[in-house]
Amino acid sequence: MAGINLVDLTKSYGDTRVLHHIEGAIDDGEFIVIVGPSGCGKSTLLRMIAGLETVTSGEVFIGERKVNDLEPAHRDIAMVFQNYALYPHMSVAQNMAYGLKIRKLPKPEIDRRVREAADILEIGEYLDRKPRQLSGGQRQRVAMGRAIVRDPQVFLFDEPLSNLDAKLRVQMRLEIRKLQQRLGVTSIYVTHDQVEAMTLGDRLMVLNGGYVEQFGTPVELYQRPASVFVAGFIGSPAMNFMTVTAANGTLTLANGAIIACPVSYSGEALLGVRPENLTADADGPMRLVVEMVEQLGANTLVHGRLEGMDSELVASLPGIANVDPGAVLGFSAPGDALHLFDTQMQKRLEP
Amino acid sequence: MVERRPFVAFLTHLVLVLGVIAIALPIWITFVAASHNEVRMAQVPLPLWPGDQLWVNLKTTLFGGGLSGTEIAPVWLMLLNSLAMAMMISVGKISISLLSAFAIVYFKFPFRMACFWLIFITLMLPVEVRILPTFEVVARLGMLNSYWGLSIPLIASATATFMFRQVFLTIPDEMLESARIDGAGPMRFFWDILLPLSRTNIAALFVILFIYGWNQYLWPLLITTDPSMTTIVISIKQMLEAAEQSPQWNIIMMTALLAMLPPILVVISMQKLFVQGLTETDK
Repeated sequence: MAGINLVDLTKSYGDTRVLHHIEGAIDDGEFIVIVGPSGCGKSTLLRMIAGLETVTSGEVFIGERKVNDLEPAHRDIAMVFQNYALYPHMSVAQNMAYGLKIRKLPKPEIDRRVREAADILEIGEYLDRKPRQLSGGQRQRVAMGRAIVRDPQVFLFDEPLSNLDAKLRVQMRLEIRKLQQRLGVTSIYVTHDQVEAMTLGDRLMVLNGGYVEQFGTPVELYQRPASVFVAGFIGSPAMNFMTVTAANGTLTLANGAIIACPVSYSGEALLGVRPENLTADADGPMRLVVEMVEQLGANTLVHGRLEGMDSELVASLPGIANVDPGAVLGFSAPGDALHLFDTQMQKRLEP
Repeated sequence: MVERRPFVAFLTHLVLVLGVIAIALPIWITFVAASHNEVRMAQVPLPLWPGDQLWVNLKTTLFGGGLSGTEIAPVWLMLLNSLAMAMMISVGKISISLLSAFAIVYFKFPFRMACFWLIFITLMLPVEVRILPTFEVVARLGMLNSYWGLSIPLIASATATFMFRQVFLTIPDEMLESARIDGAGPMRFFWDILLPLSRTNIAALFVILFIYGWNQYLWPLLITTDPSMTTIVISIKQMLEAAEQSPQWNIIMMTALLAMLPPILVVISMQKLFVQGLTETDK
C-alpha cells in the first residue's frame, strides 16, 4: 500500500496548457475523487498518474518512488477504463490472468488469484465466457476483477460507471466503495457526476479549467466551498447567487432588502445560499415571486425571481407545499448558511 | 423487394438462370472434355455428356508427364509449384502488411505519414508497370527459376497494408493502454491482442491473395524457363502450343480442372471467416 504525492504538476500540449500546478498529497488507503466538468483535465491528470500521458513538469510519487519516467506496468497500479477495455477474444478468466501471465507468475498462483477475485465480485460462473456474452454490469465487474488480481498499490478509475444505466450505476457505486474499504487500496476515481463524487470520495479534488478549485472532504466542500465554481458545482439543486453590497455588517440586495452579514467586508460581493437552507419566513428579507413549482414528494422546489430584481432564486421546501405561481413568499436563511464570495476573484470571503 | 408480381418474378429468375448457365456451361464442358479419350475429343460434334475416361485421364495428367512426346513436367509438380508460389505470396504479403500497418498505426517516428503515403502510391506500380527493372533485379540476384524469384517481387502490398491500417484504427486506444498497464511490450501486444483481433480480416485477405497468387501469369512466364519450375496456369498455354498435331483436349481440360480446384477449396474452407472479415466492423 502506498500514498500518492503530486508536486507542482503541469501538462501542456504544445502551447496549450491543460493542467496548472496541481498539488496534492493522498494518504495510503484513501479514496480520492477527481471531479469537474468535461474538458477540465481530470482524465488527463489520472492518465498522468497511470503513466499513459507524459508529465510536462512537476513530479508524481507513488509511495516513496518518483514514477515520472516509469512505464505504466512498473508503477504498480491497476486501471479501470470507461469502456472497460476487455480483450474481446479472451475469456473472462484469461482477461483477468493476462497481466499476471506477462509477469510470469506461476500458474497455480494465477488460478488462485483469479478464483479469489471472481469470488469477491461474484463472477465465478462467467469465467469461461467471452466479454461479448456479458451484460454491461458484468463487464464492469470483470474490469474490476482484472484490477484486483494484480494486487496493486493504487486503483485508478476513469469514469467507470458512465456506460451503465442509472439503477445499476447506483448499485455499482456502492459496491466499488465497499470493495475499496475492504481491500484498503489507495484509489483515485474520475467522474463528472457530483453525486457519485460526494458518495464515493473520502476527499474530493474539484478541477476547473486545469486548476484545482478545492481539495477537501465532501462535507467541507458542501459547507465551506472555496470558490463560486465549487459552490455551484456541489449540491443539487445548485446554489442561488445574488449580487449584494456589503457595508457596516449588513448586506444590501439590489432591491433594497437588508440581510445580516456573516463576515466583516465592505464592497460589492456575491452572496450564495443553498435552496435547502432557505426557510419560509413571512418577514424574511428575501422575497420571492413564484414562477414555477416542482413537486418532488420529499420536498417542493419553488422557482422564481427576487421581488424587484432579475436574479433567479430556487427554494426547497420540506414535504409537499401548496404554492401558486404568482404568489410572493418571504424567505430567510441562518447566518452560517450564507456564503459570501469576492466578485472579482470568485473566491470565498472568510470572516 | 417485397413485390409480388409474377412477371417480374419470372424475369428475375430468367436472368438468374441465364447467368448461372453462362458461368457453369464452360466448366461443364471442361469437365466433359476431361472425361473422354483423345480420339473422341477430335471428332465433331463435341460431346455434351461425360464419358468413362475420367480416371484414366486424371492418372495420365498427374503422373504421366502431361502430354506425350513433350518435355513438359508432370502436372503434380506444376500444382506444387503453383501452390508454393501462391502460399509464399499470400503469407508474405499478409505478414509484411501486418507489420507495416502496425508500425504506422502504433509507433510515432519521423516521417510516419510520409512512409504511409510512399507505401500507398505503390498501388500505382503493379508488376506489369515495373516489369523490366524488376526482371533485371531478380536476374542479377540470381533468383530466376526459383520460388523466391516467383514470389518476392509480388510480395509488397499497399492494399493489404491500407486494409490492416483501417482494421487497427478501429481497435480502441484503451485496448493498447490496458495492455501497457498489464505489462505487454509492443510485440507482445501485436501477438496477443492485434493478431487475434484481426483474425477474420487476415482470413479474408488470405483468400483474395491466394487466388491472386495462384492466377499469376505474366510474371512466372517471364522468369521461369526451366520446365520443372512452371506453374500450372502457364502449363495450360504451353500444352496448347507444344502439341505437334491437334491439341490433346482431354489432357488440357483435365489440367484446367485441376488448376481450378485449389482456389475453390480455399474459398469453400474459409468462406465463413471470409464473409465475417469483409463485413464485421464490431471489435
